[in-house]
Amino acid sequence: MSGRVLVGVKRVIDYAVKIRVKPDHTGVVTDGVKHSMNPFCEIAVEEAVKLKEKKLIKEVVAVSCGPQQSQETIRTALAMGADRGIHVEVSGKDYESLGPLQVSKILAALAKSEEAQLVILGKQAIDDDCNQTGQMTAALLDWPQGTFASEVSLEEGKVKVVREIDGGLETIRINTPAVLTADLRLNTPRYATLPNIMKAKKKKITNVKPADLGVDLTSRLEVLSVDEPPQRQAGIKVETVEDLVSKLKEVGKV
Amino acid sequence: MNRVLNRTTLKNLTGFIQRFQSTLVVAEHNNDKLTPITLNAITAASKLGGDVTCLVAGTNCAKVVEQISKVQGVKKILVAQHESYKGGLPEELTPLILETQKQFNFTHICAGASAFGKNLLPRVAAKLDVAPVSDIIEIKSPDTFVRTIYAGNALSTVKCNETVKVFSVRGTAFEAAPTEGGGAASEEVAPPPPTGISEWIEQNLTKSERPELTSAKVVVSGGRGLKSGENFKLLYDLADKLNAAVGASRAAVDAGFVPNDMQVGQTGKIVAPELYIAVGISGAIQHLAGMKDSKTIVAINKDPEAPIFQVADYGLVADLFKAVPEMTEALSK
Repeated sequence: MSGRVLVGVKRVIDYAVKIRVKPDHTGVVTDGVKHSMNPFCEIAVEEAVKLKEKKLIKEVVAVSCGPQQSQETIRTALAMGADRGIHVEVSGKDYESLGPLQVSKILAALAKSEEAQLVILGKQAIDDDCNQTGQMTAALLDWPQGTFASEVSLEEGKVKVVREIDGGLETIRINTPAVLTADLRLNTPRYATLPNIMKAKKKKITNVKPADLGVDLTSRLEVLSVDEPPQRQAGIKVETVEDLVSKLKEVGKV
Repeated sequence: MNRVLNRTTLKNLTGFIQRFQSTLVVAEHNNDKLTPITLNAITAASKLGGDVTCLVAGTNCAKVVEQISKVQGVKKILVAQHESYKGGLPEELTPLILETQKQFNFTHICAGASAFGKNLLPRVAAKLDVAPVSDIIEIKSPDTFVRTIYAGNALSTVKCNETVKVFSVRGTAFEAAPTEGGGAASEEVAPPPPTGISEWIEQNLTKSERPELTSAKVVVSGGRGLKSGENFKLLYDLADKLNAAVGASRAAVDAGFVPNDMQVGQTGKIVAPELYIAVGISGAIQHLAGMKDSKTIVAINKDPEAPIFQVADYGLVADLFKAVPEMTEALSK
């Protein structure tokens, strides 16, 4: 195949950060908090770059929807080996209500205009934990989907995908063009080296507005409140295994 | 006067809407048995207050239809049997669901938030041009749901103003519907033509005699501290004494100790058993996301500073290689 891969990348609060809920319950604190590329998106980028290194595709385009800072996330993808970037600028109120439905409409429009053969996304973002965008993008394009992929191999006009399912693994074969979503086990993302980070600065990021793509950002989902989950009562330390077993017996757990 | 009138009208209107809630639950099954999470989804659907219909699509539906016909809370079963439903591919199931939606105009469409439900429902929602709601843990009203975000570290209450509410249900947040006492009638639906853009090839399921992880009453999980796949035998022995399922942290999966379908956490399975025993697991945010709703949590770890002790009801600071066999021994008495 000599096609083009579109990779969606999302800027999220870093996975290691302990988040704080805002006192007014409108969301979580994001100002001054470390952000990075969503871990599943890194895996998606790595897979796309690997396909290019195997000469199975010719170009990798990284896309991110969000405010100005999303460009940093696109730069990271470029430093990992993506060829160019598209920044779909969404800010303010529109960004607060930006969800998988809107993002999938943007990605579907770009997949068409860029004539992509594959769209590769992460299986979920670690902030909203939705696990929807890939499936919805596939639906809007009427393309098949290979979700939660742990192994991807390109065949003539098809993709063989090994998927992580509840009881183990499953293998499917889907037509191209197709949408794939990456699970953790698909690969180990590379670190961008300093020379590659420098090179990435010269790569091109095109700026696009959702309206240019004919996408309406209206959302019919309304977040009423964001709250802290109930805290667990502090537990006790036991000294010996015997203690532990007798405590569990007392409360009827064993 | 006017105000009174308005209030009455409003009340009637709400009653009118309430009466006409109708929910479609997409049943998950393997042509032989209904997957337990469907029973949790049926309970969630029943909370909406309207009629509950179950869709069974597959290559061989008779056994599953018979099981669902006895489940309490289900009013009607729609059956679609066709070779193209082999493997439950979303490319084939979506047109079927859209077809039934056209015919019956459900206000809600849902399924369990399993790999099957997560794969299918967003595709259906996009085709209906509505935003779906994932992995809900509570239903406040027919249009207001609670779900977790940021690996379970915040609860988000969302109001869904879509004409059709499409959502997946966290199995552990709703009781299973009783499997006796129901009396649903079934009705055939004509399958739309196959799309043929995807093909199911094979499954490699991890075979185990132990209870299924997401619905087990007791779960014993191991992490990096186990050091090797062979050492997981210690946990299997303990699990056997407790009739427990065995889970794992991401570290244990990545190190190749156990297959990935055993992973508990934000990106693995969500469990909420009566008893969760974490062995050699530090308790990273991503792992806690999958188990912190367990009724009782026990941690066995040699590091007294491990974050797992902050959520554990009973903590034992000890070398697991000594403590676990001792515990197995103590439970044999």
